[in-house]
Amino acid sequence: MAGYLVRRLLESALAVWGVVTIVFFVTRVLGDPAALLLPIGASAEQIEALRDNLGLNQPLFVQYLQFLGQVVQGDFGTSFQHGRPALEVVMERMPATALLAGSAMVLGILIGAVAGAIAALKRGSLAELVVMAIALLGQATPVFWLGIMLILYFGVNLGWLPTGGYGTFAHLVLPAITLAVFVSASIARLLRSSMLDILREDYIRTARAKGLMPHTVFVWHIARNALIPVTTMTAILAGELLGGSVVTETVFSWPGVGRLILQAIQAKDFPVIQAGVFVVASLFVLINFVVDLLYGVLDPRIRAER
Amino acid sequence: MAPPLLEIRNLTVAFDTPAGRVHAVNDLSYTLNEGETLGVVGESGSGKSVHVLAMLGLLPSPPAKILSGEVLFQGRDLLKLPEAQLRELRGGQIGMVFQDPMSSLNPVLTVGRQLREVIERHSDLRGAKAEARATELLDLVGIPNPGARLKQYPHEFSGGMRQRVMIAIGLSCNPKLLIADEATTALDVTVQAQILDLVRDLKDRLGTTVIWITHDMGVVAELADTIQVMYGGRIMERGPVRAVFRQPHSAYTWGLLRSLPDEGARAQRRLYQIPGAPPDMANPPAGDPFAPRNPYATDRCRTEVPPLRPASPVPGHMVAAWYDLPARLAAEAAHG
Repeated sequence: MAGYLVRRLLESALAVWGVVTIVFFVTRVLGDPAALLLPIGASAEQIEALRDNLGLNQPLFVQYLQFLGQVVQGDFGTSFQHGRPALEVVMERMPATALLAGSAMVLGILIGAVAGAIAALKRGSLAELVVMAIALLGQATPVFWLGIMLILYFGVNLGWLPTGGYGTFAHLVLPAITLAVFVSASIARLLRSSMLDILREDYIRTARAKGLMPHTVFVWHIARNALIPVTTMTAILAGELLGGSVVTETVFSWPGVGRLILQAIQAKDFPVIQAGVFVVASLFVLINFVVDLLYGVLDPRIRAER
Repeated sequence: MAPPLLEIRNLTVAFDTPAGRVHAVNDLSYTLNEGETLGVVGESGSGKSVHVLAMLGLLPSPPAKILSGEVLFQGRDLLKLPEAQLRELRGGQIGMVFQDPMSSLNPVLTVGRQLREVIERHSDLRGAKAEARATELLDLVGIPNPGARLKQYPHEFSGGMRQRVMIAIGLSCNPKLLIADEATTALDVTVQAQILDLVRDLKDRLGTTVIWITHDMGVVAELADTIQVMYGGRIMERGPVRAVFRQPHSAYTWGLLRSLPDEGARAQRRLYQIPGAPPDMANPPAGDPFAPRNPYATDRCRTEVPPLRPASPVPGHMVAAWYDLPARLAAEAAHG
């Protein structure tokens, strides 16, 4: 087990390093930030001076090594736009992203779990058909379109909720619902199919032959086994949402990490892009790590292999 | 005479499939006395498993449908019993052991938990007492170091050990009736022999009535008092094991017995093979379901279903056949 942990931690570090490296080189392809940062009409000398100042005139490989050296110390450089440490700029946005992602996940898991379980247990009923049709629709609907429709209806037409922004509970409702629709649809469909598979398992027949009460069969034999694939899906979704749902955050003017990174890309603010991607990638890797550990708890067969 | 423990009357079970309605069990009737061991034999699709699942309410419906019949267990019709009362019987008075121990245990719960949950469901034992009973059961089925084994998961057990766990679960509440469905099929012969010994021993000590479903004539010979040969959802022959083995009256029973290797026979001898394939139950043959594969079938066999009738002077020896197998075999022997 200890060996397994060390191996997984090393793999995680390697994954983060890989992502950071790719982003470093990709941002360099975006173009020259110096020209964007200076007012229109700035002289070539001025641009050159700023490039020097930002360290952009050094050979790419030297820039990369310097960058890595700083990253190890937790320093991603100073934001070109904000004039403050890039990591600080990114971390400021984390609470907003975490709040949105957390609310959407909780809402999505609750709705998805109930819907998926109903669809599986009421096989062949109208309830299953309705749940599955809605879930398919929810998964297929583009998030930006759903967001705009919700804003139009509840924000503009009815005037019940703000059309965008951040601060109160009311601001959270529409973006959280927008994301929860996708989350719950994905979870409902997966839970249904994995429960249907489990219902056909011989051990479910054994459980019934033992005369166990229906709720015991459901909780300990059906749901307990269905939890394993659903956990993976939940982790992937949580990782995606914590990475900042760029589209939703943009549609609802939500001051999260996703929107920040998008703005940084448009402004060619290299340090913020790099710090943002580093944080997002680290979170994703961390969630995967936690899920791997959780697998061991959920499935004794996996525990045994480690 | 005491009333039978189990009486099945005219049970018919069908599955609705895309290819049409398939009759898996056709007008099945038999009785089982207390303490008796019934060996039910037949190939896949003979209805031998389906009829016990149907009587315990364990068939998924749809697609399964019980079209008619009564299953009287201690005088109560299981098919009319509300699910809640049937649940009380299942695992309690009626223990069930399934085939394939690899998939019949829940992989994510400890063996101890899977034993305790049935003990706690059907008895007043809780906590440490239920644990003690679980330990006792594992010991009973011959699993060494039962206390430690309870804390393990199914994947930590070998196939034979898992089958023993299944048997322990089936026996956990001292059932009046134990139904074992191919319980030793997946095991190698030495383990199978151990398990058969164990069941015989339990039967003697606890007086349990047993329905042992198998396709292995050897197992029936060792364990059962009565043999019931099924084919196409019907009983082809039924009777005391010794009488049926000595002189089968159904060509199907005869075929099954002939396809067993003889002890001491030359290894080169080809085993007998029943010609043809099991019937397509979506389009069953008219008349005797075995007729198309039966060299002794008469015209009547192909048109009219034979009823179960006394086969020999031995009490309880019944056969469903229009032809007289012993006479036909004797005639064949006389002609060389």
